[in-house]
Amino acid sequence: MLTIDNISKTFNPGTVNEKKALSNLSLHLDEGEFVTIVGSNGAGKSTMFNAIVGTFFCDEGNIYLDNENITFKKDHLRSRYIGHLFQDPLKGTAPNMTIEENMALAYLRASAGFGKMISRVNSKDRAKFREKLSELGMGLEDRMKQPVGLLSGGQRQALTLLMATFVTPKLLLLDEHTAALDPATAEIVLDITKKIVKEQNITCLMVTHNMNQALSLGSRTIMMDNGNIVFDVSGEKRSSMTVDDLLEAFKSGAGKELDNDRILMST
Amino acid sequence: MGSIFTVSIFQSALELGCIYALVALALFISYSILNIADLTTDGCFTLGCAVGATVTMMGHPFLAMIAAMVTGACAGYITALLQTKLGVESILAGIIVNTGLYTVNIAVMGFSSVINLFGCDTIFSLAKAKFASTIGDWYKVCIVLIVIIIIGTLIEWFLKTRLGMSIRATGDNPAMVKSSSINPGVMITIGLCLSNSLTGLSGCLIAQYQKSADINIGTGMVTIALASLIIGETLVGGKNAKGGLVVRIVGVVFGSVLYRFIVAIALRLSVPAEALKLVSAIIVAVAISYPHIVKSIGLRKQKIENRNRLKAKEAK
Repeated sequence: MLTIDNISKTFNPGTVNEKKALSNLSLHLDEGEFVTIVGSNGAGKSTMFNAIVGTFFCDEGNIYLDNENITFKKDHLRSRYIGHLFQDPLKGTAPNMTIEENMALAYLRASAGFGKMISRVNSKDRAKFREKLSELGMGLEDRMKQPVGLLSGGQRQALTLLMATFVTPKLLLLDEHTAALDPATAEIVLDITKKIVKEQNITCLMVTHNMNQALSLGSRTIMMDNGNIVFDVSGEKRSSMTVDDLLEAFKSGAGKELDNDRILMST
Repeated sequence: MGSIFTVSIFQSALELGCIYALVALALFISYSILNIADLTTDGCFTLGCAVGATVTMMGHPFLAMIAAMVTGACAGYITALLQTKLGVESILAGIIVNTGLYTVNIAVMGFSSVINLFGCDTIFSLAKAKFASTIGDWYKVCIVLIVIIIIGTLIEWFLKTRLGMSIRATGDNPAMVKSSSINPGVMITIGLCLSNSLTGLSGCLIAQYQKSADINIGTGMVTIALASLIIGETLVGGKNAKGGLVVRIVGVVFGSVLYRFIVAIALRLSVPAEALKLVSAIIVAVAISYPHIVKSIGLRKQKIENRNRLKAKEAK
């Protein structure tokens, strides 16, 4: 499904700010896998996501999605198959446009031709958007004509999630997408996430700082440090692990304690 | 003072206001919607004027409008190309094209700095021949109103299509546009072509309206149009306008007419014509800084009130 082959990326090379963000990182995902990622501060989790979606091109290595080499494919072309959610709930939606308009744009991934582009949102589209929105259970289906800027962070993140999965993506990247929400809302958004990922059987990578979540969600956990993967566990071995085991595994893999302040706060 | 507000002032403000409203609508697309300061405007307006005048002189006043729009769109395309494909800063891209257009414009005008259209058919003279007997002096107003209503309706329709929505989203949240698999560079290009075609059309109409084209006619146009745009947007509440795009578009046209009205009155009060550029610069500066000024005054009031309250407490 997704194969990352030995990618490296250095930011600001040749300056005092030089930072090797990814060093010879390799990863293979199978169809339908749900992988949770934990790691120390600056381990390269978000950088790896950005490499996959094409925010920048890697210095070395190749990235394959469904056997297609996407290493130098432009980001807006990759987004047709890859959904990406950020921690910041404001990033995924256009605030001055209505809910309906935002959804119509997201739905463009299904088909884009000249005829489609010069068409307006019709009642058939509206019915479809309404049905999808009602699945969120947030009452957004009655606010479709309102600008997205009026929604709360949790509602915006739920909408972003809906938009990213409206046309089922091959791969969904969740970069601590519930971290900026209050605990109750985070719980709701996470439940919606689980439901959608399961129903549509989406291959998914999720960064989290909650160690319990890292073990309980999905089918595989990887730990990152210093631009590389230091620990990768799945199957039976994973289901018998505790948070302490995981921290221990990190220590032996990375040769140091896990130093993510948010993780320490939440465990 | 009552004599300042004559019918003819109102009439000419409406005529010029509607024609220049096309430039304000162009900036509405580039500045308010795409969030790009497109400085191609000045040169593009002159380009529309020069092309429009030249084609009108050949005896095709309607073709002149189309030609001015097409050439305007070309200018916009070059500005967009510079910023999306060649990595030039958007403001700089506009300035570069604007500078280059001077030579193009003067070449279009046959290397003379003025073209006169006296005796040529223009859309206004054609309308005069046909309708002046029934509606008298108001035929010019009718024409410009028809043009602005058609253009305004088309813009509103276009901005609500998926393509138009993609352009709006590009100004609103470029990251979101990319993740919807839309190429923001293409959207900027389409938006700038569209906005500059409106500027070109406006230039063409002005050439036909005043029966002449002048190489310097576009100087300061961007500031004037910005003044109209900001007056209009402030009146209807900008991005939070109740009623959405329709109201905003009407607001921009209204802002442009209002600006022309202010200018007409200023001229009536014998403000020298040379001072008008300064007046429009001041209007833009005041209109843009207005919300900020209101905010600082509010904060100042709050501070004083707070100080007084503390004093009263101490006194107790």
